Amino acid sequence: MIRYLGRKLLIYLVTFWVAVTIDWAIPRFMPGDPIERLLSRMQAQPASADALTGYYTQAFGFDVPIWQQYLNFWAALFQGDLGRSISNFPTPISELVISALPYTLALLIPAILLSFWAGNKLGALAARRKRLDNTVLPVSYVLTATPQMWLGIMLAWIFASSLAIFPVSGAYALDLQPAWSLEFALSFLEHWILPFSALFLVALGGWAIGMRNMIIYELEAEYSHYLASLGAPTRLVRKYAYRNALLPQITGLALALGAVTAGAIVVEIVFSYPGLGSLTLGAIQNRDYFLIQGIFLFLITGVLIANFIIDIAYVLIDPRTRVGMQGGA
Amino acid sequence: MTEVSHTDAVADPGIRARPLPAKPRRSEFVYFAFRNRKFVLGGSVVLFMLAAALLGPLLTDYAPLEFSGPTDQPPSSEYWFGTTSFGQDVYSQFVHGLRSAFVVGTIGGGLAWLIGATVGFTAGYAGGWLDDLLNMLTNVVLVIPTLAILIIVAAYVNVHSYTTEAILIGLTSWPWAARAVRAQTFSLKTRDFVDVARLSGRTTRQIIVREIAPNMSSYLLMMFILLFGGAILIGASLDFLGLGPSEAVSLGLMMNNSFLSSALLLGSWWWFVPPGVGIIAIVGGLYVMNVGLDEIFNPRLRET
Repeated sequence: MIRYLGRKLLIYLVTFWVAVTIDWAIPRFMPGDPIERLLSRMQAQPASADALTGYYTQAFGFDVPIWQQYLNFWAALFQGDLGRSISNFPTPISELVISALPYTLALLIPAILLSFWAGNKLGALAARRKRLDNTVLPVSYVLTATPQMWLGIMLAWIFASSLAIFPVSGAYALDLQPAWSLEFALSFLEHWILPFSALFLVALGGWAIGMRNMIIYELEAEYSHYLASLGAPTRLVRKYAYRNALLPQITGLALALGAVTAGAIVVEIVFSYPGLGSLTLGAIQNRDYFLIQGIFLFLITGVLIANFIIDIAYVLIDPRTRVGMQGGA
Repeated sequence: MTEVSHTDAVADPGIRARPLPAKPRRSEFVYFAFRNRKFVLGGSVVLFMLAAALLGPLLTDYAPLEFSGPTDQPPSSEYWFGTTSFGQDVYSQFVHGLRSAFVVGTIGGGLAWLIGATVGFTAGYAGGWLDDLLNMLTNVVLVIPTLAILIIVAAYVNVHSYTTEAILIGLTSWPWAARAVRAQTFSLKTRDFVDVARLSGRTTRQIIVREIAPNMSSYLLMMFILLFGGAILIGASLDFLGLGPSEAVSLGLMMNNSFLSSALLLGSWWWFVPPGVGIIAIVGGLYVMNVGLDEIFNPRLRET
């Protein structure tokens, strides 16, 4: 078990190192002068261009040898210094990201967990039950092929623009300040439900399909036939099938994290939800490279932590990994 | 999947490829393919969208970005899908957008398929330190969210064309495919028929291409379909973020433009509904076709 988790941890550390190195290398090793490139994209005035060139040279640390730039980059990272935002000068990037983070997590965590739970239940129910299968499966396929931002746009159009049941944008009413009050919580919930639904529904389809197929495989397995031939009730057989089918689904959960995170970014933009997605859009539009870089690092770190949590959950659920056998992929 | 049964493997002398069994198997495939409703339905939808992408632009006089008429018109006989806030023809944008979706899917999915298969075969067949190394690489790329890395690359590289965008997508979305191919290769490489081929002096390349790959051809085909659909979805997200080619037409960019021009508040549904429907039709059609294929290749999944 320790070895299993240790190996995973090693992979995550290497991943983190690679991600940080990519983050560092892209502006430096792309052909052409990175500063000129940024400035031409910003279409800066000549006067401000001079100042910005000076700022960028210093911010990138271009005035020292390349190996030292790399070490400096790591040193700054460990001090939590991701530089300053250009579009929101002089706010430190870490501050911007950390203030946006709770909103993204408030969307992501419930969307991931609830869709996983509901999708698996739905898929397990539908498997080998013709009537239900014939509705659940097609709907699931449509959902899983839907771009999250488009579902978000549709939800906003139907429930916010046309029916005016929910607000179109933001995370809380404009006349409120974030606070621990009932009023704020209700306003928050009202704004949260549509972006959450967009993420939840798309992910739901994928889990339902996966679980449905896994259950069919498991029900065809020898042990299921054996149990059934002993006269075990169908419910019991399906219960065992569900438990076995859940393991690959948990592996799938780790794989799906990237897609859900990507979904959250675009859905937030649709609803102007003040999380990392909207921050990303602003950073892209303002060519605020350091901000993009900072968001990237936070996303990677978050996904790595989530992966590790899933690994631990896997070990807890699958006894084979605990006794030292190779479990899962 | 379609594994050669044990008796088959023993019977195979491994010196020449057997031309005989190939034919009945193919006609069996065709037989089950056209009986499978999912395959036929999914395939028809995808073919229809492909036809719309290829022929659709011929049916309109308006260029997709041309300011051709009144703004914000609902669908009419003159403008089949209505017009945008800039007076552009939505139908023309839609069919051209379908084209770029197919381009991104083909190049992005194809490249990812190529890398995934190569890495998977090499890692699975070679084993040892090469496997460890490639496995590490796969895991690293797997954990990093594709969109996150594309955002940071696309923010720096000026993406001029859909080819560039597709190549970026292909370079980052291959890991799960590599992992799947590796696992399959792992289980196939210890089979008798592979041993026979090895003893008869075939090179590694020949063994992989002629002995291992054909035994997982169904798997490879389905992998390509999934990567194709995935590339279209990622491409749409990138375009929606404004990281794709800016002076171009795509379904993601249509969503982006309609959203930025507050089509939602204006109620110009004809502008933002088609691109999503188009993507769902292509990707959903591919997915359904894929399940159909799975049932065709795998008798256990066929409906009784």
